[in-house]
Amino acid sequence: MAQTGEPLMAERCPPLFKLSGEGLTCLRGGRVVLQDLSFEAIAGRPLVVTGPNGAGKSTLLRLVAGLVSYQAGTLLFAGADGAPVSDESNGYLMHYLGHQDAVKPALTVVENLTYWQRLYGARVSVGEALGQLGITFLADVPGQFLSAGQKRRVNLARLLVSHRPLWVLDEPTASLDQEGAEIVRGLIQRHSAEGGLTLVTTHLDLGLEAQDSLKIARLSDVPLEGGA
Amino acid sequence: MNSWTQMIVTQLRRDLKLAARLGGGGLLAVAFFVVLVTLVPFGVGPEPALLSKLSIGIIWVGVVLSTLLSLDRLFQADYEDGSLDLMFLSPLSLGVLVLAKCAAYWITTALPLVLVAPLLGVLLNLPAENYGLLVLSLLVGTPALSLVGAVGAALTVGLRRGSLLLSLLVLPLCVPTLIFGAAAAEGHMSNFYLLGAVSLVLVVVGPIASAAALKLNLG
Repeated sequence: MAQTGEPLMAERCPPLFKLSGEGLTCLRGGRVVLQDLSFEAIAGRPLVVTGPNGAGKSTLLRLVAGLVSYQAGTLLFAGADGAPVSDESNGYLMHYLGHQDAVKPALTVVENLTYWQRLYGARVSVGEALGQLGITFLADVPGQFLSAGQKRRVNLARLLVSHRPLWVLDEPTASLDQEGAEIVRGLIQRHSAEGGLTLVTTHLDLGLEAQDSLKIARLSDVPLEGGA
Repeated sequence: MNSWTQMIVTQLRRDLKLAARLGGGGLLAVAFFVVLVTLVPFGVGPEPALLSKLSIGIIWVGVVLSTLLSLDRLFQADYEDGSLDLMFLSPLSLGVLVLAKCAAYWITTALPLVLVAPLLGVLLNLPAENYGLLVLSLLVGTPALSLVGAVGAALTVGLRRGSLLLSLLVLPLCVPTLIFGAAAAEGHMSNFYLLGAVSLVLVVVGPIASAAALKLNLG
């Protein structure tokens, strides 16, 4: 059933070359979280966002995902020709991986992933994705019996079962072991090599080969009149 | 558009599967409905003529209250575990998603109530000619209850103890459905049309309003 939609889905994903933000300002609960932030991420070079707790890294990622609205600035998703991608590709642009793993306790790992695959469109099979994350043995285990790290791996497998040109990853290595972090590094590396865009926040040094970095300072650390 | 139907079916199947595995929701509503209706004769007295006169109203009010019982969980579980973020980013539009979730909710919660209603009719000495009309009016009217309830559920999704607020928000909005539904079950045919109209309008307006409220709560 999942296979029937496959070619259609792959076609709908727009070729994405550049993601850029210009003077982004975001207020949450009456407090300025991001102020006049500009950045640029290019296909093939993952953009690693770092900064202290509370600097607004997660807010920036949710803003890129459209889950948080911003008050000033522009956000541009552009193809190789520099033209913005069309609105029709909404829903085909990105994978978002947040703090919560969206794993249903009552469904098995395979059922959880199959659901997301049907919603997002198929790329590799669920079984293969589980293999790449090293959790094939968890296939028939209900989500409620998974550890935090295992849930995170299931959530990471979601990035593989469907194709999206942009990956927005918020602390993907959180609660993962050394081997898991290594797998995440490999996934991002491969996604970049395939021409994918990645926006990732992290406290660990992922050791990515070709990366751009963006440091966000906590606003209270910035002197009032000085620029960031 | 083929893939859309496929995604709706996917969503519906997942919600039905979750409801079946978790249990509770639908059965709880039925149990609440049965208890509520059985309590009434203790309050008003066991006089058959009086009960017969009140039966349709009691059953309809019971259905309205029972439908709202587990409504607060409609979006909350998906909101809390981050699934709602991912649904928002998927190709499926939020309005269509809401419609699929309402359909699942209706099947698991409202449909059992509709099926139990005739049995409770016996308990309340419902006039024989009204059984068919009662079931029919409930079938036409309960989708409206689920859809209007979804708007309330979407508005209160971010609140920790939102269920009371949800009831306060939604119950007044259920009044038209209740009036037309009860009158339709009495056999006033024009009310059937009005009841159907309420449901049809809500099929369009409900998901749009719910989607807007959900979007607001995600931010």
